[in-house]
Amino acid sequence: MKILELKNVQKIFYTKTQETTAVENLSFEVQNGEFVALLGPSGCGKTTILSLIAGLLEPTKGEISVHQNAIGYMLQRDQLFPFRTIRRNILLGLEIQHKLTPDNVENAYNLLHKYGLWEYVNSYPNALSGGMRQRVALIRTLATNPELLLLDEPFSALDFQTRLSVCDDVYDIIKKEHKTALLVTHDISEALSMADRIIVLTKRPAKVLTIWESNLKDIPTPLGRRESPLFGKDFELLHGYLRGGVV
Amino acid sequence: MKEMLSKEHVHFLNSQKRRKVFVLLAQIGTLVVVLALWELLAQTGVIDAFITSCPSKIWATFVELIGNGTLLHHAWVSTWETVVGFAIGTILGYAIAVVLWWNNFLKDVFEPYIVVLNSLPKIALGPIIIIWAGTGKASIITMAVLISVVITTITILNGFCNTDGEKILLLRSMRASRFQIFTKLVAPSNVPTLMATLKINVGMAWIGSIMGEYLVSKEGLGYLLVYGSQVFRLDLVMTCTIVLCALAGVMYAVVALLEKIVVKRF
Repeated sequence: MKILELKNVQKIFYTKTQETTAVENLSFEVQNGEFVALLGPSGCGKTTILSLIAGLLEPTKGEISVHQNAIGYMLQRDQLFPFRTIRRNILLGLEIQHKLTPDNVENAYNLLHKYGLWEYVNSYPNALSGGMRQRVALIRTLATNPELLLLDEPFSALDFQTRLSVCDDVYDIIKKEHKTALLVTHDISEALSMADRIIVLTKRPAKVLTIWESNLKDIPTPLGRRESPLFGKDFELLHGYLRGGVV
Repeated sequence: MKEMLSKEHVHFLNSQKRRKVFVLLAQIGTLVVVLALWELLAQTGVIDAFITSCPSKIWATFVELIGNGTLLHHAWVSTWETVVGFAIGTILGYAIAVVLWWNNFLKDVFEPYIVVLNSLPKIALGPIIIIWAGTGKASIITMAVLISVVITTITILNGFCNTDGEKILLLRSMRASRFQIFTKLVAPSNVPTLMATLKINVGMAWIGSIMGEYLVSKEGLGYLLVYGSQVFRLDLVMTCTIVLCALAGVMYAVVALLEKIVVKRF
């Protein structure tokens, strides 16, 4: 089942002195349950694409079909509110959408229990490490029970060691909760270690350069994929595509 | 504390404590030396106590004015005017900031006016205020409000506009309304800004009320100051000044305490 479809999407930004085409004639789709990565060079308009999907921006041309009320958006930094406890942070989305029913709250609490963060429920975010904060941010995103998760380089603010383990955790949580995810990244290894399918984008204006079906789908963890002998070869290939796209 | 502190840690804590005590002693010492020198120079006739007054005379005036109730009455009048001006100025300034944050068009329209009003010395409005609000307390409070309201609006609005854009994006991705963005994020994350503004406004409101009393009043510390200088009773002027210092200090301390309690989490 298709959960997201973009058809010939174009986005142009206007300023006083110039117009910039951020996205040009972009089409792709995401199936239910898939983990898809959008891989492109820095500044190619990846974040713009997520903003378009989330409905934060209107496309200049083209069509986007998605359930916008069922989207969970995870940003580069955790963006936990420092003046709210972890409990009130994870309930933020439900609060905003007036969906604070006992069932939904229970569900959010269960996620905290399940992923080992319950002991911090009454703590403030500054008591948590970067990795834990990012996991709380994911639980906050999942609490509203979205159909589609948008992940905007969610690990880029973490140091390398933490990034590897949080990447594993986040992947694990997303798979266990049977969520569809669209990850945006410029990091080839991150895309390879998580995605079932990688959509390689050109530099700005972003277009689809090629779509890469992962050879590593059967390996259950991102870390496992990184250790696979195929990983290096695929990395080289994708790197070639990206370099070709840059020139 | 249950755990044993290391010797070096204890040493560190002690030296910190000692430094604090020294600072306090030096602060008290400065005051004592200044007062003693002032008194000594006045007694020996090096300076003219008629013009400069001196601590012993100030104390005598203070005791006399407390005794006959004059000082308490005037201090109470000024404090009341200041607190009312402070409250109205802060609330009004905050409300205006909310409206301007809410509506970008209004913000763009009114920005230059606010800048001009901020640069304008409010005392220049004195004559207009007297004519419009009369020669009573209303004028004084209006002056206190005028002095604090513009700076409140500017500071708070600046805080509102500097709210983390990424966090706003997060709320928007959750489909939050502008009202929700304000109540869930903008207002709480600007509590520290509000507290800082309160501290500034303590000073502003006192300036306003004393200046207002200079202009129109028949009572209050500002009135007493002007009266004292007109009849050349420097003892009275100095006493009022010191009482004013103490009142402003106490009001500031109350706000600082409030800040300490409230800001912990923000």
